[in-house]
Amino acid sequence: MSTDVVIRAGRAHASGDRSHRRPRPKRDPGRVLRLYVPLGLYLVFTLVPFYWMLVFAVRPAGSTTPVPWPITFEHFETVWNDIGYAVFFRNSVIVGVWSLLATTVLAVMGGYALSRYRFRGRTLFMVVLLCTQFIPGAMLLIPLFTIFKTLGLINNLGSLIVADTVFNLPLSVILMSGFISAVPFTVEEAAMVDGCTRLRAFLAVVLPQLRPGLIAVGSFAFIHTWNNFLFALMFVSRQDSFTIPVGLSYTIGEYSADFGALAAGGVVAAVPVVCVFAVVQRYLVHGISAGAVKG
Amino acid sequence: MSSLRRRAVPYLLISPTVALIAAFLVYPIGSVAYYSLQNRNLTRPWADGFAGLENFRRMLFEDELFWQSLGFTAKWVVAEIGLQLLLGLALALIVNESFIGRGLARSLVFSPWAVSGVLTTGIWILLYTPGTGVLRFLGHPETAVLGNLDTVFPAVVVTELWRGVPFFAILLLAGLQGIPGELYEAAAVDGAGRVRRFRHVTLPHLRDAIVLATLLRSVWEFNNVDLLYTLTGGGPAQVTTTLPLYVAQRAIDSKDFGYGSALTMAGFVILLFFSLLYLRLSRFGEDR
Repeated sequence: MSTDVVIRAGRAHASGDRSHRRPRPKRDPGRVLRLYVPLGLYLVFTLVPFYWMLVFAVRPAGSTTPVPWPITFEHFETVWNDIGYAVFFRNSVIVGVWSLLATTVLAVMGGYALSRYRFRGRTLFMVVLLCTQFIPGAMLLIPLFTIFKTLGLINNLGSLIVADTVFNLPLSVILMSGFISAVPFTVEEAAMVDGCTRLRAFLAVVLPQLRPGLIAVGSFAFIHTWNNFLFALMFVSRQDSFTIPVGLSYTIGEYSADFGALAAGGVVAAVPVVCVFAVVQRYLVHGISAGAVKG
Repeated sequence: MSSLRRRAVPYLLISPTVALIAAFLVYPIGSVAYYSLQNRNLTRPWADGFAGLENFRRMLFEDELFWQSLGFTAKWVVAEIGLQLLLGLALALIVNESFIGRGLARSLVFSPWAVSGVLTTGIWILLYTPGTGVLRFLGHPETAVLGNLDTVFPAVVVTELWRGVPFFAILLLAGLQGIPGELYEAAAVDGAGRVRRFRHVTLPHLRDAIVLATLLRSVWEFNNVDLLYTLTGGGPAQVTTTLPLYVAQRAIDSKDFGYGSALTMAGFVILLFFSLLYLRLSRFGEDR
């Protein structure tokens, strides 16, 4: 099972590059029906909701035109200053960045162990990581709440950082071990022959080549953490500790008449993940084939 | 470095991960099992204590909402997974072709993957609201689709499809890229048409990816609470309450941890049973 991950990770990289060099397609009227029509329809389904949110966010209250002009930023001022999205945003960034850092560092450590060492309990460790995929966060709200209460972390962003890191970690370790295995061990060996310690060889030779892996794993961790709703809803009840999804859920509930505020809050929630997604999406497909599809 | 120290290195490297998983995943599962046998309600701490199987008796014999939520969970997972598989496979096949602007098309159609359940709710409430939503362009200006027993199910299914299809497509595209191009060439030389190449080359090679994607997504849709919690709150008349949503409501709203834990145990048993059954039926990972 484990060597499979290794092999497929390398293969996924290779095939991802190969697809760019495919020959240009011939002209074929069937392609329009088979390819462009369904793709166009699907794009409409994907993009209209985003567009609709933008329209509401920049349109003056009371207007119903589908093409807003002139645009207004009053809704953004409302959510950012009056509803408190400035604070929610800061909290989400704190939780997201700490969880990203913790997840990435621990994933590199665990991934390196899985990829470069054969040790007793390695298979068990892999199985445990894969099994955690089936553990629902929603079903663990009750015991986790009790644990964090004991630790004094209720209403503390620390509980969210810990919980999100734990739920990000298993897949991140598996992904990272795939990326590390794609770096040939020989380059590391050569550095060690030249007198480097294993740690220095890793930092100097392997780490620079791991950039795509670090970006992919870090982005997954950030997006998951940024989007997590239930932990934040359960473990945090003071408004100055709300994260963006919790703030947004209250906007949905309380301001259901004020769609401008709801849409502007949605845009605030979307911007960071859209930016991260733009960076990560290149790595998305082979990142996933490296780890998740074939564990 | 001594050989003992060298052998300790991998264990040191995995120890933080193991510790976190033990403390915040394994231990909580054990404690759910313990709580399920207790009376434990944060709003009535004086009544806490051992309950035996009382929580389970209440759940199985007195709680109609438990059975109703199970029924809706099944309906929800089957509808979502069936449609996500079909649409995701079609989408993966389309964006696996080479055409100008493919990179951009991929980014755009995959983008809802990065959107949270709560944000999805926010967006689709804007779309569904009578009068100002998009349904007026489809000739239904005054239908409150989320408040109507006849329309609420298709409405929530479409909403989750918007966010769920991209992930299926990403997983299947990753699988498609692992199929060697020579196989298609060989099949074409043998005179196999497009349909037969799909049936005899693509599908068999995608089998593992399809099985795994279906299984993972089933578990995730089963556990999908964010969207339903915020979009319908499980209503109208609790008809869109899944079992995990019911658990979350018990935990968050009524703080009834003992009974919530019994419901959670039921969820674990169901998940475990269907995961094992599915893996067995699909003979996952076996060589053909």
